Amino acid sequence: MNTVNEPRSVDADAPVAVRIDALNKWYGHFHALKNVSLEVKTGERIVICGPSGSGKSTLIRCVNQLEQHQEGDIVVLGQLLDDHPKRLRQIRREVGMCFQHFNLFPHLSVLKNCTLPQTANLGIAESEAMAYALKLLERVKMREHANKYPGQLSGGQQQRIAIARALCMRPKIMLFDEPTSALDPEMIAEVLEVMVDLAAEGMTMLCVTHEMGFARKVADRVVFMDQGEIVEQAPPEQFFSQPESPRTQQFLNQIINHGVTAG
Amino acid sequence: MSSLSASRRPHPALRWVHKQLFPNLLQSILTLATLGLLLWSVPKVLDWLIFSATFVGSSKADCVGGGACWLPVVNRIDLFVYGFYPDTETWRVNLAFVLAGAIIPLLYFKRIDRRWVLGYMMLLPFVMWWLLKGGLGLSSVSSTQFAGILVTVFLGVIGMLFALPMGILLALGRRSKKPAIKLLCVLYIELVRSVPVITLLFMASLMVQLFLPEGVTIDILARVLIVLVMFTAAYMAETIRGGLQGMAKGQYEAAKALGFSYWKTMSVIILPQVLRNTIPPLLTQFIGLFKETTLVVVVGVLDVVGIAMSTTSAPEWIGLEHEVYLFLAMFFFVICFALSRYARHLEKQLEKSR
Repeated sequence: MNTVNEPRSVDADAPVAVRIDALNKWYGHFHALKNVSLEVKTGERIVICGPSGSGKSTLIRCVNQLEQHQEGDIVVLGQLLDDHPKRLRQIRREVGMCFQHFNLFPHLSVLKNCTLPQTANLGIAESEAMAYALKLLERVKMREHANKYPGQLSGGQQQRIAIARALCMRPKIMLFDEPTSALDPEMIAEVLEVMVDLAAEGMTMLCVTHEMGFARKVADRVVFMDQGEIVEQAPPEQFFSQPESPRTQQFLNQIINHGVTAG
Repeated sequence: MSSLSASRRPHPALRWVHKQLFPNLLQSILTLATLGLLLWSVPKVLDWLIFSATFVGSSKADCVGGGACWLPVVNRIDLFVYGFYPDTETWRVNLAFVLAGAIIPLLYFKRIDRRWVLGYMMLLPFVMWWLLKGGLGLSSVSSTQFAGILVTVFLGVIGMLFALPMGILLALGRRSKKPAIKLLCVLYIELVRSVPVITLLFMASLMVQLFLPEGVTIDILARVLIVLVMFTAAYMAETIRGGLQGMAKGQYEAAKALGFSYWKTMSVIILPQVLRNTIPPLLTQFIGLFKETTLVVVVGVLDVVGIAMSTTSAPEWIGLEHEVYLFLAMFFFVICFALSRYARHLEKQLEKSR
């Protein structure tokens, strides 16, 4: 696989896809996100990493409002997020998401998993939805499994289908919430490959992942979070070779010593 | 060598007998006692039920075999099945029975698109009502002519099919984030569940009339039907709520992330899975409802129990309570046992498909 982040494809003055401004979130008394601000340009690939409980998943789940924040603003594709249900659905249709546990619909075939969101939410005709779904399944190399059910497939296969399903909504932004954490090691590569391809096509991506190899290869920027705060953000080469904060250094040391960087 | 050891090892059937029936002295005594009891009682019971029983005849005087006298049931079978339904119109009852029975094979075959089955089940109560009560081209039949198995099936099937959607809505309401809706549903469910169905039936037959303006009456069948539906729906709501709670959070999140609205999430993603998982307990509830329909006799609706009671007190059949009530028991047993086996079967299939 080639390194996709060289040369830099992101224009300095590309439009902003996501702007998070002074975001605060509490779970009861627990302060999960502390004054987090982050700007993502169209076509930019962001990898968010950090120890568990650092708020990285919470942060990207705020972007499509699977979690609601209490303070601060989030602007997605020029739209300020509020709790208006219709506007929210509109935004969610333009922001794809991949979950750690895939969350495919087990009672629907693979193909139906990919066509139903299109027909139900985008008003696309069944035949067109099917053609588009098959095209995307082809792309994630799952076309021959189109008529199977999720329960019959491996974790890696399910995650590739989940990506295809999210792409069926023609999203402008993709969120990945630890997409490889629940997978057996031998299946991680097949999922990462799909994500690398997606990045190469210029999709705006926010990925929460521990796959540092993926971050090196694909990310335009690596964001390190700890205890609900963004501690450091930098392009990958700088992030991995000269991390500034001692907390980042400690985290990277731990990760490297445990050999999680392969990939 | 191998043939020797094979011949020495007892036959599998013998080993089963030894292990299951005669493992030790106490068990052996119990086995023998049970066998003795069966050998003594089964021939006697069969003799009374069938061999010495009388099936043909016109009056009690024809029962001379010493066994059961099935004549009240045999001679009044039309009354048991169709009640006082007009003789020329009984084809409507037969057709309604067939339509209701067709649900079972429809549920059985997985090839049939579930939406068709669901549509059929939604339409069926209206079709049955129209078919049995008349109107729109069919001659109208008064509720006072409804009796017997007809009433039991009518109330059971229509009640169930109306209760299901209502139960679903109540379950959704109970989990709603809107406090007013939630409170209403909780109140309703808890209120209905904490009152015996018989009191509700009395209320429907006596009290409702008090609240209605003079001259306005609601059909008695409709009134008891409403009570049975209300009652069953409250119980179903709890079953379905259990199913909803068991649903993985990820399913809701995935649906949200893909931009599904609440009703679409429920109708195409959550409920199909929940209902599939709750078919066995729902069928069990149907069995309950089917038996509960017999309570309508206390408010003057003559279901199959009512017919049995009137038969035993008819002068020409007096003294034959055993046979009549035994027939009643067998009728309910056959239907309920079949349904409960079917529910077990579906449950096993579900476990396999997981």
